[in-house]
Amino acid sequence: MRKRIGAVVFLVFFAFLLLSVYDLHEFGAPPSEMDDYIIKNTQNETGANNAVTAVVFDYRGYDTLGEATILFTAVAGVMVLFRKGGENEE
Amino acid sequence: MKSEGLSPIVQTIAGILFPMILIFSFYVIMHGHLTPGGGFQGGAIGASAVVMLIVAFGAKNIEKKIREEKLSAFESIGGVVFIAVALLGLVMASTFMSNFLVGDIIFGKIPPFGSNLGILNSGGILPILNLAVGMKVIGGLSAVVLVMALASKEEKNDI
Repeated sequence: MRKRIGAVVFLVFFAFLLLSVYDLHEFGAPPSEMDDYIIKNTQNETGANNAVTAVVFDYRGYDTLGEATILFTAVAGVMVLFRKGGENEE
Repeated sequence: MKSEGLSPIVQTIAGILFPMILIFSFYVIMHGHLTPGGGFQGGAIGASAVVMLIVAFGAKNIEKKIREEKLSAFESIGGVVFIAVALLGLVMASTFMSNFLVGDIIFGKIPPFGSNLGILNSGGILPILNLAVGMKVIGGLSAVVLVMALASKEEKNDI
C-alpha cells in the first residue's frame, strides 16, 4: 500500500516536472530583461568586471549572507558535535 | 612526531607547497571581481592547503600550532566584517548592502564598458566582501577538518 502511494506521488511529481519543462523558454532566447540589464549596467553600477561576482555579492547580496550563515551553522554544529569532553562531564 | 603523519619527503614537500597554495588562494580571493573565482572558491583552496598539512603532519602536531578555536574565531571575524560592511551600506548610502564605495578612492574605479582586463582597484565593496567570505571559508573548513581528524584519532586510541 505504502509503495503504491509512493509510486503515485512520484508519478504526479514527475509529470509536474515534465510539464514545467514545456513552459521553459526556447533555447537561446533571453528569459527576461534582467540579464540584459545586468550585462549592460554591471560595470557602471558595481565597478566589477566579473558579472557573476557582481550578482552574487551585490545584486543578490542577501543570498550570500544566507550562504555565509549556512556555513557558520554547519561549522558550529560540527564543533559542538566533535568537541572534546570537559573534565567535569557527567 | 614519528608516530604521526607521513614520510619526511611528503612533509618537506607539503611545507614548501603550503605558502604557495595560500598565495594562490589569496590571489583568487582578491581577484574575485575580475576573474572567475571569489571568496568561496579561494577559501576552499586555502582550506585545502591546511588539509594537506593535516594529512602530512598528522592532526595532533597541527593542533599544537593552531588551535581549532583560533580557526573558528578567524571564521567569526570574517562573518562580522561581512555584516559590518553590509550595515555600513545602511549608514553611508540608503539601503542594506548597497555598494557605497563605487566612485570613491578605495576600490572605486569604474572600468570601461565591454570586455577588458579590468582594474584591481575597482568593484566597490565586492573585494572586501570577497575577503570576508574567504576568511570565513578558510577558517570554517579548516576547523571542521581539524576537529574531525582529531576525533577520529581519539576513536582509534580508545580501541
